[in-house]
Amino acid sequence: MLEGILIGLQTALSLQNLIVVIGGCLIGTFIGMLPGLGPMSIIAIMIPVAITMGDPSAALILLAGVYYGAIFGGSTSSILLNAPGVAGTVASSFDGYPMSQQGKAGKALTIAAIASFAGGTIGAILLMVFAPMLSTVALLFHSPEYFALMVVGLSAIAAFAGPGQVTKALMMTILGLIMATVGEGALFNMPRFTAGIMDLQSGFGFITLAMAMFALPEAIFLVLKPKNLGDDGGKIKGLRITRKEARSIAPVIGRQSVQGFFIGVLPGAGATIASFLGYAVERNIAPKQEQGEFGKGSIKGLAAPETANNAACTGSFVPLLTLGIPGSGTTAILLGALIALNVTPGPRLMVDEPQIFWAVIMSMFIGNLVLLILNLPLIPYIAKLLAIPRNFLIPFILFFTLMGAYIGQNNATELLMLVGFGVCGIALKFANYPLPPLLIGFILGGMMEDNFSRSMQLYGGVSFVLERPMTLGLLILAASLIIVPVLRTRFAK
Amino acid sequence: MALDRWIALFLLGICIVYGYTAWFTMDESLAPFMRRNPIWPSTFPKVLSVLGIVASFTILAGLEKGDEQIGDIDHRRLMDYFWGQALLLLGLMVVYALCLRPLGFLFSTMAFLVIGSFILGERKWHVMIPVALIATGSVWYLVQEVLGIFLRPLPVFMGV
Repeated sequence: MLEGILIGLQTALSLQNLIVVIGGCLIGTFIGMLPGLGPMSIIAIMIPVAITMGDPSAALILLAGVYYGAIFGGSTSSILLNAPGVAGTVASSFDGYPMSQQGKAGKALTIAAIASFAGGTIGAILLMVFAPMLSTVALLFHSPEYFALMVVGLSAIAAFAGPGQVTKALMMTILGLIMATVGEGALFNMPRFTAGIMDLQSGFGFITLAMAMFALPEAIFLVLKPKNLGDDGGKIKGLRITRKEARSIAPVIGRQSVQGFFIGVLPGAGATIASFLGYAVERNIAPKQEQGEFGKGSIKGLAAPETANNAACTGSFVPLLTLGIPGSGTTAILLGALIALNVTPGPRLMVDEPQIFWAVIMSMFIGNLVLLILNLPLIPYIAKLLAIPRNFLIPFILFFTLMGAYIGQNNATELLMLVGFGVCGIALKFANYPLPPLLIGFILGGMMEDNFSRSMQLYGGVSFVLERPMTLGLLILAASLIIVPVLRTRFAK
Repeated sequence: MALDRWIALFLLGICIVYGYTAWFTMDESLAPFMRRNPIWPSTFPKVLSVLGIVASFTILAGLEKGDEQIGDIDHRRLMDYFWGQALLLLGLMVVYALCLRPLGFLFSTMAFLVIGSFILGERKWHVMIPVALIATGSVWYLVQEVLGIFLRPLPVFMGV
């Protein structure tokens, strides 16, 4: 492990990668502050830039920096405006916004920055410990187990969608898998479901789909239902916290770093669940007199979700880097970017390309440090971005969405597809269909079919399910993940 | 019928068409040697079509009970939202897609940014035009010169 850490440090501390991580954190923070634009949208917009860089380590470092920055930026708009930029920072507004209204905005932002730093850093330490362990186990997996594992991952994402949403999430996953079969697959070398359209020969563009499902609907929703983009930027004072306050939030940060990390590891859980759960746990275990302060400007109530969401972001890298399976929409986009860069995440990544694996982990430490050092004094200036009028902001968001799809494929037809899929994405969001499972299904679809086909060829049919106990066990687990929540919701009524 | 069920009905249609292609038309052109394989190009799509039809039927029939959840926007209050602006912006994106090559990047993008702001109610031309001009020029330079991706700057008839 020490050798890996040194390789990672060498790569992450190169001048180019340092600039990349600083740039990524700043871009993520700036854009993440804009209500409606989450990490998925920002990463989707940044992918063409990352791919053009050519170096997979630098690309992944950039995207990881953007990811952390976006989560931190989301906290800023939650605290200052009660307008969370991302779902993962909604819980931060429960106590952050009341603090802001009490004239403690600077203190709230400092607590958010410190809690984010601690959550991200402790999460990265846990990632260093657990990722190699999981990677060693994953080396025992073969095509049937991989196929079954992907089924488990997709089922878990649907299962964690929440009461009454499991079937919708499952439907979206299947739709993603269906879309992945369009075009000329590598295994069969024949076009499928292209309807004779030449532009579909290579299938749907991943970036186009990511933009259409996340960035475009969110920008259009800003038009449909304008949020209060205020002009409070620049009025922030009093960033210091007292020793007593630091002592009070230290145990919260410790607990939520560990809890948030393990929630982040679970497929489909992610930063949003981690932050809400972190908030709920801390409120329940707080002394009686402090419980009443939650929701009215409690510093513990702010530190808990802020720590948990950053730790969960780090945790979500575990299944991505060790199994090649994304646990969230954001890591699904990162997986797509890696595939575009000819890097296959999975248990072999650590063995075949240790510089990428360890550089990403090391860049997490650097990224968190950059966010703390750079963003803390810059908070009053960064917040000025919130004062940009929406009349200028929204056309720019739409333009960058279009550019992302165009640069990715260099084809104007992609732009028409982007708008078409975007309209579908808006309709699906209206009907409360979860969109991340669609993208995860789309990205995993090709790999899943490859592993399924290889297993079928090796065993001459579906007998691999019965002949390999681990495969059977995983498939039973996948089925129970879908059936149990559906039945529980039904009979709970 | 609720919006999510209408969408489930639409998705059911997609799954049926997809399934029909996978089950009945896709294997016609399959080479004889491929027919001896345990896996055909249509195998995975066949499984997906069945799963898709079952899932969309489940949503349509309301078999999974749960409290009605409202998304980011309450679809029961559609008339309260700024639909005109949203539709015009989507239309503008389509026009931009069609004009990008014939009219060139610089003109199309400037027009997109200015008209986009105009649709949203901005009337300060002295701000809109310089902002669009600087942004367009900067992005073109970044993409073309720094990233090395060709973007035709001027209209086709100007030969660049």
